[in-house]
Amino acid sequence: MVGKTIKVDLLARIEGESAFKVVVRDGVVRSAELRIFEPPRFFEAFLRGRAFTEVADITARICGLCPAAYQMSAVHAMENALGLTVTGPLRDLRRLLYCGEWIESHILHIYMLHAPDFLGYAGGIEMARDHSEIVRRGLALKKVGNEIMTLLGGREIHPINVRVGGFYRVPRRRELEPLRERLKWARDAARETVRWAAGFDFPERERDYTFVALRHGSEYPFNEGRIVSNRGLDIAVPEYDEHFEEMQVERSTALHSRLSGGGSYLVGPLARYSLNFERLSPIAQEAAREAGLGRTCTNPYRSIVVRAVEVLYACDEALRIIDVYEEPGRPSIPIEPCAGVGFGATEAPRGLLYHRYRIESDGTIAEARIVPPTSQNQASIEEDLASFVGGFLDLPDDDLRHRCEQTVRNYDPCISCATHFLRLETDRG
Amino acid sequence: MAGKRKPRLAVWKFASCDGCQLSLLDCEDELLAVAGAVDIAYFPEATRAAVSGPYDLSLVEGSITTAEDAERVIEVRRRSRKLVTMGACATAGGIQALRNFADVKEYASFVYARPDYIHTLATSTPIADHVPVDFELRGCPIDKRQLLEVISAFLAGRRPNIPAHSVCVECKLKGNVCVMVALGTPCLGPVTHAGCGALCPSYDRGCYGCFGPMETPNNRSLSQRLGELGVNERTLLRVYRTFNANAGPFREESDRHGG
Repeated sequence: MVGKTIKVDLLARIEGESAFKVVVRDGVVRSAELRIFEPPRFFEAFLRGRAFTEVADITARICGLCPAAYQMSAVHAMENALGLTVTGPLRDLRRLLYCGEWIESHILHIYMLHAPDFLGYAGGIEMARDHSEIVRRGLALKKVGNEIMTLLGGREIHPINVRVGGFYRVPRRRELEPLRERLKWARDAARETVRWAAGFDFPERERDYTFVALRHGSEYPFNEGRIVSNRGLDIAVPEYDEHFEEMQVERSTALHSRLSGGGSYLVGPLARYSLNFERLSPIAQEAAREAGLGRTCTNPYRSIVVRAVEVLYACDEALRIIDVYEEPGRPSIPIEPCAGVGFGATEAPRGLLYHRYRIESDGTIAEARIVPPTSQNQASIEEDLASFVGGFLDLPDDDLRHRCEQTVRNYDPCISCATHFLRLETDRG
Repeated sequence: MAGKRKPRLAVWKFASCDGCQLSLLDCEDELLAVAGAVDIAYFPEATRAAVSGPYDLSLVEGSITTAEDAERVIEVRRRSRKLVTMGACATAGGIQALRNFADVKEYASFVYARPDYIHTLATSTPIADHVPVDFELRGCPIDKRQLLEVISAFLAGRRPNIPAHSVCVECKLKGNVCVMVALGTPCLGPVTHAGCGALCPSYDRGCYGCFGPMETPNNRSLSQRLGELGVNERTLLRVYRTFNANAGPFREESDRHGG
């Protein structure tokens, strides 16, 4: 039996620290394992005893890439516990903040982390030497996302303006005005990004995924909706724990999620898009069709195109929100704490992010549970590797290793979130 | 100058949320200029390319929470001419230093079904507790303009121009109305290190201390004032024990309030 081992100490262009190992025997992939060695940070443990009012500031620190997502799931779960619903302009402003985070997070992944795999560069900065205009376009787009975050949140990383019940300060109409021209440019640039990404060379690999995402009556989902799948699941957010379970495996400091009594599932752009295509704005649907995407997408390598479509949608939606914005009478709804249990699920850039809290009558947090998208996707990442790597075994070692990394990066995994990265080890026997 | 190599920059991660290193990628207007001025020799979040060192400037994010990381940071120091820590985790132990006041085994058994699979230290400590550090940049997260100043300063061989006064001074420079005086809103601005540009007070809320203690904070006096504004002892304990819980002056003040 001819065999060899390929090993990478730390998989680059992913947020966090993990390792990956594929075992090949006689030309057949026997196992694929993702090993996460990011040190655990115990957020759920130290949230106990904190005040419910601190939840947005503290949970933001789980992830520097999608802090607003943590803030959104956290405040919605708390508001659910307190029997409160945020509506009108405050609700719209939360959608606008999410548009900003989707734009900056997706664009970082598309241009700086994922495109270099397709175009053969070590990273975005190296890519800029040959594709300066393109990388500059990406950075300019990312900046527009961050401008939304900064205006609404105070800063792009760990925004300070989100609170249970609304915001500390809401923008005046005239403060949003300068964003309009910027977003019009960004919408055009996002459309160019969809065309650009659609032109990459994609491996023809598909899998019959179980997609899970939020679905809302009329909107492409950010903060609200039922949790649905393409296999008939259709539940309210508080029913999450009855349908999903987390398991701990020795190789990982992130918990693995599975469907109760079922297998792996996929959250994130592919799932969101495939379950919500008709909720995209007309311009985003048109760009998707032009890019050769169907109403669903089961080729994970094309996730880069789907992300670009979502950026286009986020620019379009942000413009819509700014057009209809009326300054609310107050920046937040006043709150009296009471004992309760609350559930929240929102669509982080990387997928469904679930929070559950139990609070005491004085608003002290008694229990916290947080299930980030990357831990939900771990099993799916391993299955992609197990299914796809077999077809790439005739590649030279370097190319094979690169292809494996790319397969993991399809997910834009955020290991800091999941525990919070990747060492690659291919054992060919 | 022909033959002169560009300074080598490395970015390292320990226990953290990745937000501080992301701040470098968030310098959208300056990133390509930085990449032109230095050789980005090690930055796994951004590139697969890696040069083994030595490095002229290492930027270190995150705190030390595992035995392996305590070894690794010594190796990072050995390969770095200058070492700068970025952010509250690397500079004070970060939010994960809340374990320093609790039982980490209990934490692990609460989060994980098999805590025996989890290998972690009982404490989260700043980089300076393990190796000499040339400069500490504050903030949770750091401010990207300050990061550019630090990189520029080290390239020029000068000290970074980063004021160590309080957030209060930033409010005055900005012309903010004081949220504590005018609205009675509890604010850590008087004892918190500047750098954010007085963000929270500019958004009608009190500072929550994410840049850690200023040079010479008078916490005792602030706590008294906060008490007069109706902040109880339990809340005082919490406000000092958040993102910079293990920073000396905040730790000591929190201990005075029921720690």
